[in-house]
Amino acid sequence: MAFVFLLEQVLNGLLVGAYYLLIALGLSLIFSLGGIVNLSHGAFYAVGAYLAVTLTSRIGFAGAFVASPLLVALLGIVIERLLFRRFYRSDPILSLLLTFGLAMIIEQSLRIIFGAAPLPFSIPTALRGQVFLGSFIYPRYRLIIFGVALAAVIATWFLVYRTAFGRVVRAGVQNPDMVGALGISLQPYMTAIAALGIGLAGLAGVLLAPISGVHPAMGAEILTAAFVVVVIGGLGSFWGVIAAAALVGVVRGLTIYFFPPAGEASMYLLMALVLLLRPRGLLGERIQKFE
Amino acid sequence: MAHSDDLTRRMLLKGAAGATALAGLGMPAIVKAQSDVIRIGHLTPITGFLGPLGEFAQMGVKLAAEEINAAGGVLGRKIELVIEDSVNPQTASAKAERLIERDKVAMIIGEISSASALAIGQVANRTKTVFINTGANSDALRGASCNPFMFHIEAANSMMVTAVGTYLKTENMIKGKKWYSLTADYAFGHDLFRVAKKFVTENGGEFIGEELVPTDATDFSPYLLKIRQAQPDIVASNLAGNQITNFIKQYAEYGLQFPITGFGFDTAVAWGAGKGNFSGIWPLIWHHMVDTPSSKKFVEAFTKKYGKPPENQCWGDYNSLKIVAQSFTEMKAADPQKLAEHLRKGAKFDVLKSREGYFRAYDNQMVQEMYAVRAKDPDKMKDQWDIYDPLGSVPGPNEDLEALAPPKDGTCKMQA
Repeated sequence: MAFVFLLEQVLNGLLVGAYYLLIALGLSLIFSLGGIVNLSHGAFYAVGAYLAVTLTSRIGFAGAFVASPLLVALLGIVIERLLFRRFYRSDPILSLLLTFGLAMIIEQSLRIIFGAAPLPFSIPTALRGQVFLGSFIYPRYRLIIFGVALAAVIATWFLVYRTAFGRVVRAGVQNPDMVGALGISLQPYMTAIAALGIGLAGLAGVLLAPISGVHPAMGAEILTAAFVVVVIGGLGSFWGVIAAAALVGVVRGLTIYFFPPAGEASMYLLMALVLLLRPRGLLGERIQKFE
Repeated sequence: MAHSDDLTRRMLLKGAAGATALAGLGMPAIVKAQSDVIRIGHLTPITGFLGPLGEFAQMGVKLAAEEINAAGGVLGRKIELVIEDSVNPQTASAKAERLIERDKVAMIIGEISSASALAIGQVANRTKTVFINTGANSDALRGASCNPFMFHIEAANSMMVTAVGTYLKTENMIKGKKWYSLTADYAFGHDLFRVAKKFVTENGGEFIGEELVPTDATDFSPYLLKIRQAQPDIVASNLAGNQITNFIKQYAEYGLQFPITGFGFDTAVAWGAGKGNFSGIWPLIWHHMVDTPSSKKFVEAFTKKYGKPPENQCWGDYNSLKIVAQSFTEMKAADPQKLAEHLRKGAKFDVLKSREGYFRAYDNQMVQEMYAVRAKDPDKMKDQWDIYDPLGSVPGPNEDLEALAPPKDGTCKMQA
């Protein structure tokens, strides 16, 4: 019997992994392709959630689901052109300071506009309910999140690994000067990557708003976990982030099964262990400029 | 060369402008010096996980100041608020000292975190300045850490437990029932769980699960699976702040049907959960449906000013300032030195409830009525604020008010 409950926690952990993956994927993209440690990623996630709440009352959840990530991605383009662009080649500490400040400005703006109290938001009636597989229970909405995360991963993978666009971006990661020498300007590519990464944060915000509190500090709440996933997965590794998100979800679920007070600490222990054994993370690549 | 000089100067100017703007952030909201005003310090967290409640606290105290000043002030002098964000215990302590020594406030109102309240209470005691705690629940503040200058309009954890427990008993939810609790893993949660467990087991209930939840947990699904596996009769929350919002949202998501209750609660976290997510029976120190003339007047004035009904945190800070104003008027002098003495003599105050409240001299806890509420059927909610029905007050109309106050167990030893 205990085995069945353990299995249930493992499968649930994979669903939770989708939750971590959605948040970490965009962070990892900007991190590994632009070299920007984006501490404002959580803030964009919060903007996505607030847009979802604001737009749902006007154009419905389906409309908000499409519109908010796009609006957040637009915001990403503006931020990239005005700010990120200046920091690709500078000391990482500068982009760290920049994005930290940006996170504070966005969080306080949300507080000023919407107030500090959480905004009410629920799962749309049509998406509520649970699916039972034998004795296991799965909320329908989590399965939807899982599906969307999967689709986002496949689309991103296709873009980065199967298109001409992706080839330029990947070449730019390894050797930006050579890409430049070949007569290709990397700037529009970086703008697109920033828009994609930040748009993914917005997508995570819309999807998670119905099942977590929508308040100004919600971004700060998830940011650390997202970084842990990226670090465990390994810098520059697409599959590493996916493996890490699944691993963190499962390890956390099992820890809560056996020893709940260590639930959140488990991901940090996992990170320490992975870094001891594989300093570049699970599937981290050797990237010249980060060595 | 000239060009680069120019650039440097421009950057320097920008830097200076930035530094000025930053310095401005650290300043209190009001610094104008005026001798004919009574200054009151308001110190409560408005950032961090208690920030949502702190914002309501500020709304409450500002409304009280406005009303007092519109009615001519206190003994002909206007009330002037000096409002600060207490952030954490260290900052709270430093800011309390600054309010007292630099801003010369007559007394301090505020706080929500028990740790910060303890820090402010120590400054209050050392400087002999009254501090009215409007949001910190730890029983230890009324016990071993009590002092003659720290007053509590907010309920202690044990009062929250008794208030909701009384109704759980009448609903037959305790005796012979299997309980499963989730507790916030820090001082407040531990303290609350301790008194809750005592109450439940003394009344014939049994805990089959007692889990600690780290305060940074946002996903509750592994806990929900464990609850489903344990099949309890009652699920109890000793969670805090935004944790409760996340928990009740995901509890509804997983469709668990075990009745929920909770021992610590603020209306804001349920308002923030959204339609169809909130359920169960919960305790409150006050709520906007309390049916007394003064309460209705407060709700009306608040709703007019802020466009939404007051949350229970507004109540504490609003009433604390009213209590101070009334005390100074009764004392016929705005004398900070004598305020503690006056409050400790058992002066009675209208705190928007059917019976007046008073601070008892044993531990400076306000002895007063409390309430329990039951989540409303989502189809019957009139608007986003209409989420629960009142169950009534504790103690009942014919009982002694002190029945609800924490037990006088001798842990509080007031220095003379």
